[in-house]
Amino acid sequence: MTGKITRRQALVIGTGGLLLSGCDRIGRTAAFRSVEGAAQDLTMKAQRLVIDRAALAPEFSPADMSPVFRTNGNVMPRSPAYLAHLESGFADWRLIVDGLVRRPLALPLARIRSLPARTQITRHDCVEGWSAIGKWTGVPLKLLLDGAGLRPEARYIVFHCADDFRGQPYYESIDLIDAFHPQTILAWGMNDLPLPVGHGAPLRLRLERQLGYKMAKFVMRVEAVDDLARIGRGMGGYWEDAAGYQWYAGI
Amino acid sequence: MTADAQAEPSAGERPPAPAGGDLVYRHRWPTRLWHWLNALTVFVMLMSGLMIFNAHPRLYWGKYGANRDTPWLQIGGDRERGHLVLGSLDIPTTGLLGHWYDRNGNLQNRAFPGWATIPSHYDLAGARSWHFLFAWLLFVPGVLFWMISFLNRHVQRDLAPKREELAPRHIWQDIKDHARLRFPRGVKARDYNILQKLSYLGVIFLLLPLMVLTGLAMSPGMNAAWPWLLDLTGGRQSARSIHFIVAMLILAFIVVHLVMVVLAGPINEIRSMITGRYRLPREKS
Repeated sequence: MTGKITRRQALVIGTGGLLLSGCDRIGRTAAFRSVEGAAQDLTMKAQRLVIDRAALAPEFSPADMSPVFRTNGNVMPRSPAYLAHLESGFADWRLIVDGLVRRPLALPLARIRSLPARTQITRHDCVEGWSAIGKWTGVPLKLLLDGAGLRPEARYIVFHCADDFRGQPYYESIDLIDAFHPQTILAWGMNDLPLPVGHGAPLRLRLERQLGYKMAKFVMRVEAVDDLARIGRGMGGYWEDAAGYQWYAGI
Repeated sequence: MTADAQAEPSAGERPPAPAGGDLVYRHRWPTRLWHWLNALTVFVMLMSGLMIFNAHPRLYWGKYGANRDTPWLQIGGDRERGHLVLGSLDIPTTGLLGHWYDRNGNLQNRAFPGWATIPSHYDLAGARSWHFLFAWLLFVPGVLFWMISFLNRHVQRDLAPKREELAPRHIWQDIKDHARLRFPRGVKARDYNILQKLSYLGVIFLLLPLMVLTGLAMSPGMNAAWPWLLDLTGGRQSARSIHFIVAMLILAFIVVHLVMVVLAGPINEIRSMITGRYRLPREKS
């Protein structure tokens, strides 16, 4: 940048800088974090109060669909095991459903595709601000959880994924209200085609009342747990652990 | 009788009008408290909102909108320059938007510069934390202020325009007076003029509610609970666009508001918003 900075500009920049670094500093304090955590809790409770547990996210007509549904996040897992499955068309791949369940499952993709499916044209909202509308087909998570039989201690459902960021595996978690919601599906189809790798083949979670980062791609294992503290760094998801994103992403 | 006693609002009927130079009670405590709370809240909302915008510096109309769709507004830059693209207009913003230097002297191509955002470095999760914490401070006291201001008749008595004030001639006269920086004096300065009334009413009953509604319309959770939010705004991406436009209107209001405070006598004006007491400017002799 060229040009001299006048004394007045220096004053404005200086004062502004002080205020700003003030905000940055406040943002890092334990006190702010706990206030902010309380506000997050309040937001979730308030939303849960006004959103009926069965309320459906808006569904759209084929005419509303995005011409191009962009990909984001990881578009190709690097793990050799995943690449081998991709090579063989997921022929001997199994979805594991375990944890606090009575009957752990190991389901081949063909079996999952043969289960009753739900198709929904919904809007995908990224935390960054963009939206895309697409058509998803998959098995309601409720069917799998009912098949496996949740034990009464189970409080959360964790999705373990094949992709990672710098060695940290992607994972996400939801509570049982969302897990049993009729639009919560593990999608194997998108826009009338098999789910593409960029969008999370073989299975991606669709959680239509929350933001995109909750919708884990490349889902390998569904685990029922009573506590999130033992998984990852304990915040309930990769982005929650890595960058402080909100666990409840309904807004 | 002192000017103070004369102007206390508790008195049932208004005593003889005060004159220039008198100290009158102008702002009651709910107004003052809400004003200063908002002075903080609105700035945090604006600045954390700009950081959230930085995560995807493009705005669209309609239900969807992402990188392969056509935005109506886009801010970006490269090594040489920054620009704001508004429809077919390409406005250079080098040094300000899409091309600026951070505190370490490094070139950044994010839309809004660090001095305008909270946090000052790129941190979407942090900005969301600030935004949704202060959203409660905007919403709850805002609703309380609405209720109190109807109950204590602040809205009906001080803010609602009188019929004669709405006459085009009167409004035009007020615009001319403002443009010439000719402000009311004496007893006339005790009440809000018509431009003040309209802008305060506009912010309190139009812009702020629109901010809240368009904000909620962007929430996938709220879309399930209240799908009418999307009908009202024309879709989530339209809601995001309106949210941004209204935020800029609020910013414009603040700029004009601060300029008017400075021009009208900052010490007297700021004192009246702290203690409630305002010294009426003396009539020109």
